[in-house]
Amino acid sequence: MNTPSSHIYLDSQATTSVDPQVLETMLPWFHEKFGNAASRSHSFGWEADKAVESARATLAAGIGAKSREILFTSGATESDNLAILGVAKMYASKGKHLITCVTEHKAVLDPMQALENDGWKITCLEVDENGCLSLDDLKNAIQENTVLVSIMHGNNEVGTVHPIAEIGAICREAGVLFHCDATQTFGKMPLDVEAMNIDLLSASAHKIYGPKGVGLLYVRRRNPRVRLTPIMHGGGHERGFRSGTLNVPGIVGLAKAFEVSQEGGAAEQSRIQELRNLLETKLFDALESVYLNGHPENRLDCCLNISFGFVEGESLIMGMPDIAVSSGSACTSASLEPSYVLRAMGVGDDLAHSSLRFGIGRWTTKEEIETVAETVIHAVNRLRDMSPLWEMDQEGIDLSTVQWAGH
Amino acid sequence: MGYSNKVIDHYENPRNVGSMDKDAADVGTGVVGAPECGDVMKLQIQVEDGVITDAKFKTFGCGSAIASSSLATEWLKGRTVTSASEIRNTDIVEELELPPVKIHCSVLAEDAIKQAIADYQTKQKS
Repeated sequence: MNTPSSHIYLDSQATTSVDPQVLETMLPWFHEKFGNAASRSHSFGWEADKAVESARATLAAGIGAKSREILFTSGATESDNLAILGVAKMYASKGKHLITCVTEHKAVLDPMQALENDGWKITCLEVDENGCLSLDDLKNAIQENTVLVSIMHGNNEVGTVHPIAEIGAICREAGVLFHCDATQTFGKMPLDVEAMNIDLLSASAHKIYGPKGVGLLYVRRRNPRVRLTPIMHGGGHERGFRSGTLNVPGIVGLAKAFEVSQEGGAAEQSRIQELRNLLETKLFDALESVYLNGHPENRLDCCLNISFGFVEGESLIMGMPDIAVSSGSACTSASLEPSYVLRAMGVGDDLAHSSLRFGIGRWTTKEEIETVAETVIHAVNRLRDMSPLWEMDQEGIDLSTVQWAGH
Repeated sequence: MGYSNKVIDHYENPRNVGSMDKDAADVGTGVVGAPECGDVMKLQIQVEDGVITDAKFKTFGCGSAIASSSLATEWLKGRTVTSASEIRNTDIVEELELPPVKIHCSVLAEDAIKQAIADYQTKQKS
């Protein structure tokens, strides 16, 4: 499978290309079968509705849920917003305290912030150096007025995977709703909302070789029945939880992408993990002063986040123009602030500025990994040759003792 | 990320990368920035009879920071110390077509030039 250009794509946590099988399944739903799934008066609508319900059943079964517990959204950001804002508003009379974690995606942290501005109380759990929260901290944070705990499954930046079943059990015992942002693990790791005591779960299609602009929110209907205040109002689609004409091609694509991922299953994940490990080994063998970010074992198979001491991430990316990776540092955006996830893990700002995230995907080949390793090693060595920090380190100067003239 | 061709050229073919003896009487050294800010620039000048005969740099930072310091060394060579102290960050911004978000790189380069000159001048007095 060729990537869209000669570039090597290693940013699978950002997005993935639509699998040709998925695309093929979606195509008839644009022109030939274009009906509105909400049209009850003709076959165009019936046909679309049938496809949507079939997709809903497939997706529900895949996570141990019932069809009626799946809501289709525009993606995981909307799902996270609906889960958090919807629960907070519905249960405001029960309590106005929510718990989340400092390394969550902004799609969770920002709605939490919005609630805090409106008078809710938010507890943001800290993480250790591997990006893991403490289950004891979680237990201690739950109060009488806590209504929701929102913790992600796999972290998008460093790949650390949280013990979701244990978190679910704690929440269930405490009688608090549990929302899990499973964007990075849906379709890739086993998810069972019953076994894991998950009450709300967000997922997206474009991380699993499906189209952009479609996702789902699982909302538990029994034991306990979760109620939501809608954030989007209109035609009362999705049982009133989420108004808006259903994205039929997208929904069909989401279900197909999930099916294809399930078929690939453990074999695909282990192939990806082997490539990830190969890249990791090559970089660690060839270079000194490199540091793994994220949990060494409990980590997404596709994810490799590394800090390269004494070089800056953006310049490193510039040195490999044919390779698509993400800089752990947000320098590439306008903020110039290093990653809040790495900061929360206690990674110093200097190393946070020098991190790269490699995301191995379905189409990544061993040859590509070898090319990437060579390119990265060359670029790091070249930049170190012109790095005053590397020079000082080689002279035996402890950089932490230097008085920097910051600006 | 839209880098200008000039930034890319300096990044790919940096001029005057290297180090001089910072203890030499005719060498002035400026080190500015901080690792936690994502940029550290070291700029050195060698001066003979009030004229900069050589300039070297080493930079930890983004492509624009590397380009700003590389360009600075190019401009410094052959200038008098007085004329070098008149180089402004806005000249660097203009030459490299730096976007607003990268202006701090040029500020850093100007600071490095000033610090290197100050270091040289301090050595001359002692």
